[in-house]
Amino acid sequence: MDNNWEAVIGLEVHCQLLTKSKIFSGAATAYGAAPNTQADGVTLGLPGVLPVLNAEALRLAVRFGLAVGANVAERSVFARKHYFYPDLPKGYQISQYELPIVAHGHLDIELPPPVKGDEPVVKRIGITRAHMEEDAGKSLHEAFAGATGIDLNRAGTPLLEIVSEPDIRSAAEAVAYLKKLHQLVVYIGICDGNMQEGSFRCDANVSVRRRGTEKFGTRTETKNVNSFRYVEKAIEYEIERQIEVIEGGGRIIQETRLFDPGTGTTRAMRTKEDANDYRYFPDPDLLPVVVGAAERQAIAAQMPELPEAKRARFMADYGLARYDATVLTGEFALADYYEAVVAGSQADPKLCANWVSGDLLGALNKLGRDITESPVSAAMMAGLIRRMADKTISGKIAKDVFEAMFEGQGDADHIIQARGLVQITDDSAIVAAIEQVMAANPKQLGEYRSGKDKLFGFFVGQTMKATQGKANPEALNRLLKVMLAN
Amino acid sequence: MHALSLKQLAEGLRRRQFSSRELTRHFLDRVQRLDKTYNSFITVTPELALAQADAADAAIAAGTAGALTGIPLAQKDIFCTRGVRTSCASRMLDNFTAPYDATVVRKLHAEAGMVMLGKCNMDEFAMGSSNETSWYGPVRNPWDTRRVPGGSSGGSAAAVAAGLAPAATATDTGGSIRQPAALTNLTGIKPTYGRVSRYGMIAFASSLDQGGVLARSAEDAAMVLQAMIGFDPLDSTSVQRDSESFTGTLGRSVAGLRIGLPREYFAEGLSPGVRRCVDAAVRQLQEMGAVTLDISLPNAMLSVPTYYVVAPAEASSNLARYDGVRFGHRAEAVRNLEDLYRRSRGEGFGPEVQRRIMVGTYVLSHGYYDAYYLQAQKVRKLIYEDFRAAFGQCDLILGPTTTDVAFELDSKTDDPVAMYLNDIYTIAANLAGIPAMSLPCGFDDGLPVGMQLMGDFFQEGRLLNVAHQYQQATSGHLRLPKGCE
Repeated sequence: MDNNWEAVIGLEVHCQLLTKSKIFSGAATAYGAAPNTQADGVTLGLPGVLPVLNAEALRLAVRFGLAVGANVAERSVFARKHYFYPDLPKGYQISQYELPIVAHGHLDIELPPPVKGDEPVVKRIGITRAHMEEDAGKSLHEAFAGATGIDLNRAGTPLLEIVSEPDIRSAAEAVAYLKKLHQLVVYIGICDGNMQEGSFRCDANVSVRRRGTEKFGTRTETKNVNSFRYVEKAIEYEIERQIEVIEGGGRIIQETRLFDPGTGTTRAMRTKEDANDYRYFPDPDLLPVVVGAAERQAIAAQMPELPEAKRARFMADYGLARYDATVLTGEFALADYYEAVVAGSQADPKLCANWVSGDLLGALNKLGRDITESPVSAAMMAGLIRRMADKTISGKIAKDVFEAMFEGQGDADHIIQARGLVQITDDSAIVAAIEQVMAANPKQLGEYRSGKDKLFGFFVGQTMKATQGKANPEALNRLLKVMLAN
Repeated sequence: MHALSLKQLAEGLRRRQFSSRELTRHFLDRVQRLDKTYNSFITVTPELALAQADAADAAIAAGTAGALTGIPLAQKDIFCTRGVRTSCASRMLDNFTAPYDATVVRKLHAEAGMVMLGKCNMDEFAMGSSNETSWYGPVRNPWDTRRVPGGSSGGSAAAVAAGLAPAATATDTGGSIRQPAALTNLTGIKPTYGRVSRYGMIAFASSLDQGGVLARSAEDAAMVLQAMIGFDPLDSTSVQRDSESFTGTLGRSVAGLRIGLPREYFAEGLSPGVRRCVDAAVRQLQEMGAVTLDISLPNAMLSVPTYYVVAPAEASSNLARYDGVRFGHRAEAVRNLEDLYRRSRGEGFGPEVQRRIMVGTYVLSHGYYDAYYLQAQKVRKLIYEDFRAAFGQCDLILGPTTTDVAFELDSKTDDPVAMYLNDIYTIAANLAGIPAMSLPCGFDDGLPVGMQLMGDFFQEGRLLNVAHQYQQATSGHLRLPKGCE
C-alpha cells in the first residue's frame, strides 16, 4: 500500500450456530439435504405460525460473548428486518437490532514482529456487537430455465453476526482476526467453522484515509467472501481501488460490492441510495430475551479452556516453546490429543510434541485430514513413544513403526512383535555382528586404523544393516569404538 | 335444540335425549336453510362435522366424554384447520388449505370433543368493524338484515345469534369479539393477552390479537373459554398459569363488588338509547349489592389513534408473507419478480387491508418511526397505567361496548375514520392486554345493546361471574331474533 494512505477495515462475520434444529422451530439444520425437506411450517412462514427461540442457540451466543470478554445483555430484543425476496419466507428476517445479546467484546490477534525472531506483536480488535438472527433460504437461479428455484432448508438456521470495530488496518490484520475468530468459535463449540458450506462467512467494510487524518473515508461493503485467501485478496483490491479513485480526483460511493474470485476484483452490487428501508421494529411474537446472572454463570462454567490460556499452560506445564505450544493448541481436538499422548506415554512432553506436531501432523497434512480423522489414535501414539522411552526400539525404528501404524497395520507393540523390531541391547550379539562386519571389510578396517576416522560412520552403517537396524545405537557406538581400535 | 344452553345440550347428550349426530344435523340443516340470508359461514364442513359427531357419540357411550363432547361449534375462519380451507375472508387465501390445526382448534375439537360445523365469515384479515370487508361478501345482522353484525367476528356473531351454532370462536384485536356481541345480543369475551394460544390463529396485530368466544350466555362462554385457554409452548407470548375454573366461580355473589364507571365512557358521542340501557344495567347491579364509583381513564380516548398506529404497523409486517411465492393467491402471467409481488398482493388484498398495510409501512419507515410507532408505544404505556390506577380503586370497570346500535350496511364504508371510531370503547383493553367482555343489556328500538366489563389481568373468572349473576337476574340475553326462534 502507498505509504501516504491508511486503510480502515471492519469485518462482519456470520457464524452458523451449531444447533440441531433451527433458531425458531424444530426443523433440522443438517447441511446437504434434498431441497425443502427441512422446511416446516415456521420455516415456510405459513399463516398462523409463531417463532419460539431455540434455547441452545441462545446458550451458544452467550458462550461467545463470555469468550470475547463482552457484556452479555441481561435483556436483548429480537426485531423484524423487512425486505421482500423469494428466499425470505415471511418478508422479514428476525434479527436483533437495538439491543443485541452481546456487546463490547474484543479479540487479541498476533501479528509478525518487525524484527524476525522477536515475540509476535499483539493487537486488540474490538468487537462492537454480536447478535442472533435467522438465515434466509437459497435462490437457485441456474437449475431451472426461465425460473428460479427456492430452497428453504437453510432458512431459519441460527446465525451469530459478529461485528468488529473498525480497528483493522490491513488485509493481513483482517486475515489474522478472521483466523483467530474462526479458531475461537470452533474451539468453544458454537460453530463447525466449515467455510465451504457457509458456516462462517465474512463481509468486509473497507475505507481509506490519508495517513495522519482522523476522519474515516467513505466505506464500501464487500459481501460474502468465503475463504481467508479471498478476504485478503478482496480487501487488498478494494484498498488499491479506493486509493486510485481518490487520487484520480473521484470519490468513493457508499455501496455494497461483490468479490469475484475469478478475477480477484470487486464490483458494485447496489448503492446506498437504492438500499432497503428495513423498517425494524421489535418482534411482537417474541418476548425480550432475559439472561440472568445464574444462567450466565452456568454457561461460563461450561466454557472450555480458551486457546490463549491453554497455550500458556502448555508452555508452563510441558516446557514447550511458544511456537510448539501455539501449533498444539491451534485446535481443541489437537490439544486434547497431545495431552492424551503425554499422559499415556509418561514420556518427555517435548518428545511427545515433536512426534505430534512433526510426524503426525505432517502425515495428516499430506492426506489433507485433520486430527479428528487420524488413523493413529492418541493411545497408539503414546504406545509408540513408550517403546522408544523404554528403549525397546530406537528412534529410527520408531519412524518405521509410525508409518506402519499410520497405514493401519495395528498398534506399535503389534508391529514391533510381528516384524521382530525389538532393539538388540545384548552386547554379545552386537559384538558378533561387528566381528562379522570387520571380517568382511578388511580394506576399510586397515584404512581406519591408519587414521581415516571418517570411516567410523561406515562401520556403524554396516553393523546396523547387519542387525536390520535393531542394534541399540549407544551400545553399538561404544563397542565399535573399542573393537575398531584394537 | 338451538335455544338450549351448552349445559342443557351436554345434559341432553349425556341422557341420550339426542345424539351428537342428531344435534349436529339440526345445526347443519339450519345453516343450510337460513344462512343464505346471513352469509355467516364461508365454509361449511358437514362430513367432518358428522364424523366428529359420531366419534363424540362413541365417547359418550364409552363414558369418556367431557363437558363439551359432541356439542357443535363454529370456528372463525382465522383459525387454521387442517385439511379445511382457512381463508381469513381474503381472496389472498381463498385457495389455502391449512396443513395444520391451530392450538385452539386442537383443544376444542381433538381434546374437548366439540364438533366443528364450519368456518365463519369475518372482515378480511380481521380488519374491520362491520364484516363488510370480507372477500366472501358482507354478513347480515339476524336482528335486522339491513344492518351489519359488527366485526371483525361478524360471521361468528351472526351464526350464534341466528341459532346456526351454539357458540363460536372469535378473535379480538380492537373489539372484534365485543362489538359484534353487543350488536347481536351475545355474550363475548376477550381474555387476558396470552391466555389463549395464538398458534395457528392468523396474525393481524400480534401484540393485540387474542382469541376468545361468542356465546349466548356467560355460562356458555365460560365453558368454551375454559377449554381454549392454557400455556402453549408453540406461542412465546402465551402465559403459564395454574389452571382455574371459570365455571366453578360463576355462582359467587356480586354483593360488595366495586364497579368503576369511567366518566370518559359516558361522555359525548354515546347515543341516548345505549346510555339508557347501560344505566339500567348499572342500577340492576347496584340492586344486587354491587357498589359503583366514578373513575377516570384519562388517556382512554387516545386509544383509537394509538391503535391505528400500532395495529397497522404490525399488520404491515405480518402480511408481508403473502407474496404469491409459496401459498395463497399468485397473479397470472407475471413479467418479473416485482410484477409478481405487486399484482399478487394488489389482487389478493382488498382495499381496507391495503390501506392498513400502507399506513403501517409508513409509520415504521425511516424518519417516521420515532414520531409514530415509538410515540404510540408510549401512549400505550399511559393507557395501561390508567388501568393499573383504576384497578387500585375498583374490582372491575363497566361501560358501554359501542356508542350506538348496529348501523346499516354501506353506511360507513366510505368513511374509514367513522368506521374506526366504532371501537372507541373497546380498543383500550387490547392496548393494555386486560380481559374484557360484552354482554347484552337491553334493546334500543328493537336492536340489541351491549355493556362492557373490563377486569385486571387474569380476572376472566370475575368478569364471567358478574355477567352470569346479571344474566341470572335478567332475561334479555335469551331473546332471539325474529325467524330464528
